[in-house]
Amino acid sequence: MFQFIVRRLLQMIVVLFGVTILVFSLMHITPGDPARIIAGEGAPEHTIENIREKLGLNEPYHVQYFTFLSNILKGDLGNSIRNNIPVIEEIQTRFWTTVELATYSVMLAVFLGLLAGVIAAVRQYSWIDSGLMVLILFGLSMPNFWLGLMLIKYFAIEIPIFDPSGWGTWQQNVLPVVTLGTGGAAIIARMTRSSMLDVINQDYIRTARAKGVKERIVIYKHALKNALIPVVTVAGLEFGGFLGGAVLTETVFAVNGMGRLVINAIGSRDFPVVQGAVLVLATLFVIVNTLVDISYRYLNKRIDLE
Amino acid sequence: MMSQNSDAITAKTKAAAVSDVGFRAFIRRLRKNKTAFIGGCAIIFFILVAIFGPFLTVHDPYHVDYTNKLLTPSSEHWFGTDHAGRDIFTRIIHGTSITLFIGFFSVIIGMVIGVLLGIISGFYGGIIDTIIMRFMDILLAFPGILLAIAIAGVLGGSLGNVIIAVAIFSIPSFARVVRGSTLALKKLEYIDAIKTLGAGDARIIFKHILPNILSPIIVQATIRMAYAILTASGLSFLGIGAQPPTPEWGAMLNDGRQFIFDYPHVALFPGLAIVAVVLAFNLFGDGLRDALDPKLKQR
Repeated sequence: MFQFIVRRLLQMIVVLFGVTILVFSLMHITPGDPARIIAGEGAPEHTIENIREKLGLNEPYHVQYFTFLSNILKGDLGNSIRNNIPVIEEIQTRFWTTVELATYSVMLAVFLGLLAGVIAAVRQYSWIDSGLMVLILFGLSMPNFWLGLMLIKYFAIEIPIFDPSGWGTWQQNVLPVVTLGTGGAAIIARMTRSSMLDVINQDYIRTARAKGVKERIVIYKHALKNALIPVVTVAGLEFGGFLGGAVLTETVFAVNGMGRLVINAIGSRDFPVVQGAVLVLATLFVIVNTLVDISYRYLNKRIDLE
Repeated sequence: MMSQNSDAITAKTKAAAVSDVGFRAFIRRLRKNKTAFIGGCAIIFFILVAIFGPFLTVHDPYHVDYTNKLLTPSSEHWFGTDHAGRDIFTRIIHGTSITLFIGFFSVIIGMVIGVLLGIISGFYGGIIDTIIMRFMDILLAFPGILLAIAIAGVLGGSLGNVIIAVAIFSIPSFARVVRGSTLALKKLEYIDAIKTLGAGDARIIFKHILPNILSPIIVQATIRMAYAILTASGLSFLGIGAQPPTPEWGAMLNDGRQFIFDYPHVALFPGLAIVAVVLAFNLFGDGLRDALDPKLKQR
């Protein structure tokens, strides 16, 4: 187990290292001269030269990369081009908003997903099962930004129960969380259903039933506990989907989080902010993934990875 | 002579029995699958709409007519008109081909690259495998749609860039599936036998491995189509994909966003169009997966 954790952590470091290379390259895959693009059309030559100087774009790539990397390790993500504020400060104020949004959404998704998945599995082939499966398919096929727009229209404007925008109070939080959580709930429900069906057909469940254990206990204590293992993994992986999906949700609900920061920065060609925000989100996701992997291993000692 | 003949016949029956787990059996099971049938029919319908639809609509998808803006659905404008007085039904019909085009090409590009990387990784193993799979891990380290957003955002919004962004986004899923299948196949004796007979690597890969792992690749491609269409419409919605006045559905949603509170039809129909197409691919993908793995279906 200890060995596994060490190996997994080393792997994480390699991946994070690769992530920095990819994020660094973002600035250089722009068609044309990044300094010119940042300066905007018709900018005077000395402004462009200034930007080039400031971002070190005159240096060879490998020198630029190592400066970039050593700055990151020092916790310095550069300064925003638009307002000259350190990128790290821009991120700090927004980071927790996005983490909160993603975490609440995961919680909602796990709750709804487990509930729907278990009910569908227990009532396999009934109309409840079919109905839930249709709902799940819709949940998987719906663009979350569209769901968000519709929720605003009907639950904030027509029936003004919730706030249409912002983040912080519960009236503001409900709609974004529902918007972001629905797709994940569908994925988890599907996973739970098939995982439950796998377990329910196992011999030990039949044995438990034959022993006269109450059906409720069979389902929740014996079956669900074992069916949860693959679900945990999916939920962990989904956290990444939520972080990415937050970009769309935050845009729809004008939530001032990381996603909106990225989109605004893309709009104003503020590359250091784009790089910084993408790097932070990817790092968070990689760390969460590693933790999920380790807990998966811990939960299910029977599986032997390699 | 007689016995030789009957030997040949037995061999043939054996071959038929073996093919029961192969591609043909996959197709046979697929035909019987209701979900796949519905999804498949819907996909064919959307393809027909994409090809012939534009010839059948009476309005011009780009024609701006402010006197007729934001009309609610009527017999003249089935889905109403948008803020520039353009007929939404016509725009959705014209947008079908754009949506399918983006989905199809991004998945094909992602598939070709992903399949090649996956086969090489699984077939050669060792250091090549490690390098390729770590690279896939790096691509997967970017949560969800974020990588596509970053790439499309930096490259600049255009249909071509969306295709590139979504293609890169779909590479790892193909690479992983194909690597797994290749590893499983490589263990079979007959690959060893072919190798002993002196077949080159390229021949083994393209003539013996690739045809045998087609089914999981097709399943993956169908499922990725659904993802690709959702992702691409998301990018357009964020303003870093297809640009207005292109009648791409995500772009239409973005374009009409500020009007939806008073005129919900502006957002309702493009959104439903996305749901319908993605649903079709999800249904077909599910059916394909069941046909690929009959054990799942028996449950």
